[in-house]
Amino acid sequence: MMWRSITITGRGGSLFSRLPFPRELRLDMPLLSGVVLLVFFGLGVLYSSSGQDEALVLRQFIRFIVGLMAMLVLAHIRPERLHYLIPVIYVGCLLLLVGVLFIGDVAQGARRWLRVGPVGIQPSELAKLAVPLMVTYFVCAGSVPVRATRVAIAGLLIAVPVAMIMAQPDLGTSMLVAVAGAFVLFFAGMSRVLIALLGAIALAAMPLLWSMMHDYQRQRILTLLNPQDDPLGAGYHIIQSTIAIGSGGLYGKGWLNGTQSRLDFLPERSTDFIFAVISEEFGLLGVLLLLVIYFSVIGRGLFIAYHAQETFGRILAGALTLTFFCYVFVNIGMVSGILPVVGIPLPLISYGGTSMVTLMAGFGIMMSIHTHRRLLSA
Amino acid sequence: MIGNRYVVQDAQRESKTVSSRLIVALVIVAALALVLGLRLAHLQVFKYRHFAMLSEDNRVRIEPVSPTRGIIFDRQGEILAQNLPVFSLEVIPEVVDDMDAMIASLRRIVDISDEDLHAFRLAMKSARRSESVPLRLRLEDRERARFEVNRHLFPGVNVRAWLARHYPFGSVGAHVIGYVGRIDDRDLRRIDVNAYRGQSRIGKIGIERSYEDLLRGRVGYEHVETDVRGRKLQVLERRDPVPGQNLFLSIDIRLQKAAEEMLEGHKGAVVAIEPATGFVLAMASAPRFDLNLFSSGTVDADAYLALSQSPDRPLFHRAISGQYPPGSTVKPFLGLAGLDRGLEHARSKAWCRGWLTLPGTTRRYRDWRAGGHGIVGVEEAIEQSCDVYFYVLAHSLGIDSMHEYLTEFGFGEPTGIRLGSEGSGLVPSREWKRRTHGQGWYPGETLITGIGQGFMLATPLQLASATATVANRGERLRPQLIHRIISAQKSGHAEFMQAQRLSPMRAYKEDDWDEIIEAMVGVMHDRRGTAYEAGVGFPWKVASKTGTAQVYSIGQDEEYDEGSIDKRLHDHALFVAFAPADDPKISVAVVIENGGSGGAVAAPVAAGVIREWLSRPPPKPSPQVTEEAMPLARVSTIRDPNRIESSSASSVLVDDDRLISGGVRIPTP
Repeated sequence: MMWRSITITGRGGSLFSRLPFPRELRLDMPLLSGVVLLVFFGLGVLYSSSGQDEALVLRQFIRFIVGLMAMLVLAHIRPERLHYLIPVIYVGCLLLLVGVLFIGDVAQGARRWLRVGPVGIQPSELAKLAVPLMVTYFVCAGSVPVRATRVAIAGLLIAVPVAMIMAQPDLGTSMLVAVAGAFVLFFAGMSRVLIALLGAIALAAMPLLWSMMHDYQRQRILTLLNPQDDPLGAGYHIIQSTIAIGSGGLYGKGWLNGTQSRLDFLPERSTDFIFAVISEEFGLLGVLLLLVIYFSVIGRGLFIAYHAQETFGRILAGALTLTFFCYVFVNIGMVSGILPVVGIPLPLISYGGTSMVTLMAGFGIMMSIHTHRRLLSA
Repeated sequence: MIGNRYVVQDAQRESKTVSSRLIVALVIVAALALVLGLRLAHLQVFKYRHFAMLSEDNRVRIEPVSPTRGIIFDRQGEILAQNLPVFSLEVIPEVVDDMDAMIASLRRIVDISDEDLHAFRLAMKSARRSESVPLRLRLEDRERARFEVNRHLFPGVNVRAWLARHYPFGSVGAHVIGYVGRIDDRDLRRIDVNAYRGQSRIGKIGIERSYEDLLRGRVGYEHVETDVRGRKLQVLERRDPVPGQNLFLSIDIRLQKAAEEMLEGHKGAVVAIEPATGFVLAMASAPRFDLNLFSSGTVDADAYLALSQSPDRPLFHRAISGQYPPGSTVKPFLGLAGLDRGLEHARSKAWCRGWLTLPGTTRRYRDWRAGGHGIVGVEEAIEQSCDVYFYVLAHSLGIDSMHEYLTEFGFGEPTGIRLGSEGSGLVPSREWKRRTHGQGWYPGETLITGIGQGFMLATPLQLASATATVANRGERLRPQLIHRIISAQKSGHAEFMQAQRLSPMRAYKEDDWDEIIEAMVGVMHDRRGTAYEAGVGFPWKVASKTGTAQVYSIGQDEEYDEGSIDKRLHDHALFVAFAPADDPKISVAVVIENGGSGGAVAAPVAAGVIREWLSRPPPKPSPQVTEEAMPLARVSTIRDPNRIESSSASSVLVDDDRLISGGVRIPTP
């Protein structure tokens, strides 16, 4: 009886409704706050991992601002209007991918970048958004649950950009793009039999895929199984990152005090392996806090999907959310040594521009879906 | 109907489909989130210790810090071996943009040979980019000055100082002091590698080797934080090295120098011992060599080859390793034995007619003086070195008895001085001959043993030590080279070496001692003495004995003719002495290989050494006074040897060797 008297329960309504954000901004406060928390946490980690390079942190912050504007813009576009834009975006993305294959910058043996003046963009990152949009657009043009024939056509829509990204070569991103498209089909009610069948085909195709892989890609998978095999070569990344994570312990070594990262033992520590820096400096507690924020964002995404009124919105929001989760899972999985090393950054935290902007744009679309609901008369 | 199915959108059904899939998605997400959480907990909680250790291993490198080697002084505090900074030019490759251009302009200032350059490029290949690589060793002062003026033009190029062993007296006392050299495979087999972490030098011969454990000190450690390229970022923890102990030898370097100068031009050895303590005052071996030839770290291979292959064997330490037939220098010891045995003729006189034959044989054992010495007692026999007297004495004593007496004086076994490769000499016996020659003992061999010929061998050190025993009238002390040890740790605590008594010999009657010593005095001071020439006008009374040892056996009826025999087969000249005879302060043994007559060649050397020692005020034993006698700079080294380290560290980098990457590194001013 006592506790009830001291408990002050929320006064109904949203906490955010009282904040000075007008509804007209069309932003979803829970989602936005999660995203902002992640980005700012990421900036702090970048400051440490980059060896206290303020300029680098500032560049990442500018990208965040650009992403925020993309989010704001997309949040304002009503989902119905977006429909018309989707094929344009998709075709544009395909053209950029073709462009990369011919005039892209070569970095570390792969063509991934397209340089436009001072800005370099990664069209494969754009495809992560364009493909689920296009597939959702296509699926919603027909009936839901989606039928097998349309699944086949949708598969083609996915396969073309995926193949082009694979040719760069960028196995990790191409897989994620494929997965993003597949999530759409999943939410579109693709039959369980078909899922099982495709899964079986995929398994059967593994040896074929293996034979098509580059040596270094195969090596990464072998390395996952036994990193000590080549501790200074292929296994080096994963050995050093598990050391970084493990040595962080429960409480971590403290911000700016991660020796694995500060002393350069950890490779790619501002990009793909930034999670190891977080684990080393903030420990299990810090990492769990990070996961809580991530999963609150994902939860909010699924919530938006669940409460969307149009099928288009529901499928798209669900697929985008699941893709986001996929990034998080694959990145942490690879850095902590349970998945092979594929070039997947930690979303919203790893240093990198295109990824940040496309992710923010994706969240913008989800906010648009959520804030453009027609209010039902009670 | 069919068309309708495409057109009509069943909102209800669609909603249900997507909702159920969303729930499935949520379940999958939650499950995978759990997998991640478990994986992280596994790494960060259950395997934390393991990874924390690995991370520490990554980060921290333990580097040895080499100690400063102890300094060797003579008994008066003159520095015999010290550590001097030498300077080398080193390059950190990662700092230099254009290596070729830099070296080209550097060559205009400092002399860099093509060999230097070759060695540098080779070293650069195996070193880290952040590591300092030597380009030029042993900079001249002028070069160093020229570089310092221009150093702003050469980022990444530094002058580095390290300590090299230096021997101020060069070749004086070379065999005793010894030198340090690079640790080689043979050394590695006998040392504890841990004690030599970060060092590459070890004592090779002499005191440098036999007192290596005291001189070396204890290696220190630094825990250094390094990054992935091995660049040192900070020192986390440091255990300072303990500098080696400073050794004060019992050698007096001026006496040593005098002895060596008198030996100049000969092959041979001089050993001088203080009878009361056993301290070795001088230990000279000729020919000698320059210690600094070895200390530089870059031994000139040709010079070394020349030394090691010279027929004169300058590297051979004749004073302790050279084994010579003692010749007539054994006579005082055997004379004493005869007196002790109370042998009939030792007490009375014997007739020397110039030769002796054993009963029942025809072979003549000749005296060195063809005409003989006439009627001689033990005194005359020693003074004039009568061989026949000692043939008779030896015959009466027998080889077993002679073996016993001579062994008591320390012949035939090492003295136990702590200096490597000491020879044991040889006192023959029946048992020995059976063992080594498989033959019985012949009576004639007893006779020639009586004059120190035949099988018997002795080292100059044994001769000096046995002579000191006579000077002490029977008290045997072990010869020692260390006078005192000054601890580098306990700020100048001095440990004085005590005289080491050896197992006492039988008690001789004082009269017997008097008689033998009186006889020995006669050698230099009696008109008929074999070294009378050397004793003329000599201000101290010296007890001595000459010896002339045959190297070449001449035939029964041949005459020894110096001119016709190869120089290397000439007789060895020997001389043993102590002085003053009534209050012995020094006992000396001189051996000059193929020198000829002991009285003519060896005696003047011994006399010179005795004169040098006795003509100066006796050294005062207390350490305080000794310090006063030394230059001021050295006093500080002795009072607080740690200051050597600290003071030198502020101006130069104390770093014993090139190999060390640790060590105190302070930029040179």
